[in-house]
Amino acid sequence: MTEITRRNALKLMSATFVAGAAVSMLPKMAFSAGTITVLNWQGYGTDEAWSIKAFQEATGIEVVHDYYSSEAEMLTKLRTNPGTYDLVVLNAARCAQAMAEDLISPIDYAKVPNIASVAANLRSNENFNKDGVGYAVPWVWGLTAIAMREGLPKADSYAVFGDPAYKGRVGLQDDAVGAIAAAALLTGQDMNNPKDLDLVKETLKGFKPNVKLLWSTEDQWNKSFAAKEFDVAMYWSGGAVRSRRVSKLPVDFVVPKEGGIGWVDGLGIPVGAPNAEGAHAFANWMIDPKFYVEWATKAGAPASANTAAMESLPADDLSRQIHKPEYIANMSIMSALPDDRREAFNNLWQEVKAFYAE
Amino acid sequence: MRSDTILNDAARGSSDPRQRRPIPAWVATTALLLPTYGWLTLAVLLPLLTMFVFSFMSATPMGKTPIVFTLKHYRAFIDQPYLINIAWTSLVIGFWTTLLCAVFGFLAAVALARATVGRMRETLLVLLLLPFWTNGLVRVFSWTMVLRENGFLDGVVHMLLPDIGSVSFLYTRYAIVLGLVHGYLPYMILTCYIALSTIDDAIIEAAASLGARWWTILLRILLPLAAPGLISGAVLTFVPVIGSFMEPRILGGKVGVTMGTVIEDQFTQAFNWPLGAALSFTLLAVVLAIFATFSGVLRRGTTA
Repeated sequence: MTEITRRNALKLMSATFVAGAAVSMLPKMAFSAGTITVLNWQGYGTDEAWSIKAFQEATGIEVVHDYYSSEAEMLTKLRTNPGTYDLVVLNAARCAQAMAEDLISPIDYAKVPNIASVAANLRSNENFNKDGVGYAVPWVWGLTAIAMREGLPKADSYAVFGDPAYKGRVGLQDDAVGAIAAAALLTGQDMNNPKDLDLVKETLKGFKPNVKLLWSTEDQWNKSFAAKEFDVAMYWSGGAVRSRRVSKLPVDFVVPKEGGIGWVDGLGIPVGAPNAEGAHAFANWMIDPKFYVEWATKAGAPASANTAAMESLPADDLSRQIHKPEYIANMSIMSALPDDRREAFNNLWQEVKAFYAE
Repeated sequence: MRSDTILNDAARGSSDPRQRRPIPAWVATTALLLPTYGWLTLAVLLPLLTMFVFSFMSATPMGKTPIVFTLKHYRAFIDQPYLINIAWTSLVIGFWTTLLCAVFGFLAAVALARATVGRMRETLLVLLLLPFWTNGLVRVFSWTMVLRENGFLDGVVHMLLPDIGSVSFLYTRYAIVLGLVHGYLPYMILTCYIALSTIDDAIIEAAASLGARWWTILLRILLPLAAPGLISGAVLTFVPVIGSFMEPRILGGKVGVTMGTVIEDQFTQAFNWPLGAALSFTLLAVVLAIFATFSGVLRRGTTA
């Protein structure tokens, strides 16, 4: 038996290390054809355990996850780790940025058959397309519009926020982008780039006698609505579903003729994805009605971009009733704002809030 | 410094036959202060300095936007004149909060220091400080439950006077001041209590035996003697109150727009750290200017 010298011990240790490293590399190398890495928020649809299991049984592809906790972090991860991720969940506004920086590659829609029933307005959104080529599969969407107490006549315009009938009965969201979007749509402007910001400012200031509350969280909205502090408010479609379903509040969600303030999350494939084939298959799975219905009923989900998936929900499903397909047609989708415009928006909203407080 | 050296010698004892040069007093002082100042530099001065540097930048230095030196954020009060109104509101809220804290805090401290005996005093002190141990957010949210329309306050009032309308004053400046007074009262009570408990009982007995009524004792003896506590309590209250953002936001609703919320918005919503930092330093300058104006009063008060 060899004596345990320092040299031998060192040899043994390095041998163990090499062996360990090799073993830990093994599964990745052996099954890389059958693995995809998804980059997403934690607990946001793609990582439902039952779905991953069913997907692996159906296709043999194993889904592993990495998470981000802010959209800036997501972009940083894409920039610094090329060739790591196969599929990334990105908001339309961020998608435009990722596209401009060549972080994501075009989608081969032939490999995503479920795209056929995805709303055309979402698919053709300028944030998802460059030079006529699509860079993301629209996945889920929602919108901000008007929520009213049940029984009140349904408003048909954002002008309801300034309607003297609702003096001191209106709740606006404390959010520069949302408030300016509503006023811009009301005055017939592009909400992402309103030309006449002074008109937007005067419109918002005109709501002053009606504004009772500037809310910032869904919980605050629910508590104030339950306490009958306001009757009409800006609100998220998903929040309206939860307020009805979970808090049992008498909320009517109304989308006015100017259209909702929409958001949409898409699935993109990063440049250099090691398993683009598998990523296409998983993107298709994500907009499949079968997966969506189970996700929406088991865990609760935003509205699917796939119209067929929405129609597969039970007819009395609240999310289906609130996210009507016709809303997609006339909603404006939030884009990324350049820094100077973002600053102008924030200063404007700060000034309006100071005016409300007087 | 001389007296320190003497003290050092005395402490080491004169019976020691070995002749050793005493450590110079300044070395000892430096050694004792080094950990504190080191920590202060690391934890307070460096972050503040970073923010000060930020306040001259054209954009938040995270991301790809090129950064250039600019003074424009310090022009905010000129470019956005509505900020002056907001700053004035903050100062008024700070003034009322400090005044109410001073009145209630001083009276509570007098009651605590004078009118109690034995264990009673400790019990009362704990009871007064108990709310202080709960999270500030919890306290503010519980006020919203009390003050809102059809809240606890309305419920109690309507039980006694059913015909009266809602007395709710949530989302007003009064609610903000109420929440802030609740939050900062313990500072005032503690500083006043410490100042009051050093007053010799004999002085008050002498005044009483000479025929002074209770209000004379309160105004001519207790108040001047406890002024240092009152003033440090006022500074401890005023400074954080004018920068507060949680109470105005939650209790003030739409009227809760203060310098605190404007600065918070710059950091959390607008992602404009330079402007937020510049506004903070402007506010700091205003506070220092106020203290400088009243420095005579403050100095007289604290050395009395």
